[in-house]
Amino acid sequence: MPQVKVVVTLKPTLLDAQGRVVQDALHALGYANVGQVRIGKYMELEIRADGKDAPTIETEVKEMCDRLLANPVIENYRYEVME
Amino acid sequence: MSATAVGSGPKFAVIRFPGANCDQDAYYVVKDVLGRPVEYVWHQETSLRGFDVVVLPGGFAYGDYLRAGAVARFAPIMEAVRAHAERGGLVLGVCNGFQVLCEAHLLPGALMRNEGCRFACKFVHVRVENAETPFTRAYRPGQVLAIPIAHGEGRYVCDPVTLEELERSHRVLFRYTTPQGEETPESNPNGSIANIAGIANATFNVMGLMPHPERAGEKILGSADGRGVFESLARAAERVLA
Repeated sequence: MPQVKVVVTLKPTLLDAQGRVVQDALHALGYANVGQVRIGKYMELEIRADGKDAPTIETEVKEMCDRLLANPVIENYRYEVME
Repeated sequence: MSATAVGSGPKFAVIRFPGANCDQDAYYVVKDVLGRPVEYVWHQETSLRGFDVVVLPGGFAYGDYLRAGAVARFAPIMEAVRAHAERGGLVLGVCNGFQVLCEAHLLPGALMRNEGCRFACKFVHVRVENAETPFTRAYRPGQVLAIPIAHGEGRYVCDPVTLEELERSHRVLFRYTTPQGEETPESNPNGSIANIAGIANATFNVMGLMPHPERAGEKILGSADGRGVFESLARAAERVLA
């Protein structure tokens, strides 16, 4: 069963409020060398091929990302289809 | 239709998503404060026939999983909300409702985690930026309202082109200010771009705002300043029906 790994990240121009808190926390722990921290989302999807070829599945995954998994207004995404 | 017993004229719908928690406040302000007909509409419904004003209340629809509003926008009722909006019907999204409307692309932009990462639950002041809309006609231009907010993800963002368009066409309806009506960084509770608290779509029949006007409908609640939003809507819908 193909597995899809999706990573969603905030667009680089947008402030990542959570990331800033984590950055501050790392500094407080003494990791002064840490620069900007940005938090994203990681999703694993199990997909039944149902006789579909790889390009078709890939098209579907892209559609899933555009419609639901990411908000194109504020986020970027990338995915990987694993056999 | 028992609801017609309570007043007559325009009828309000309050959409109920699982996880909504301001639905009863919205219902109450319409029915008991304004004396207008109102009914709950469950998210699994597919029709808004007979309704003039649709309210998407605050809360955490579908648990806000993935992103606030991301799953709710695909609820069966949302097709009817979209059709209602496309017909020119009035739609008000409060807090989570605003987030749902942005996710549904009925309003531009998005709402992100508050700048300070804190859930902000307090009275704020907003200035009425445009008092010539179906949502704001009960107010004076520039009037400053005290209305509570209660959100963790209310930082309005949009791209520069959209912002320019919003400003140019006076679609920013409410902005966070000081009690004196000055727009300052301190009066911005969440880091929203240009202190934006509420916006309308291009045809001014869909509005989203983060503050909760339904929680400020009577003096006993600390402020009656929010009532004007619902009064404006009722009057606007009445004009359409007349």
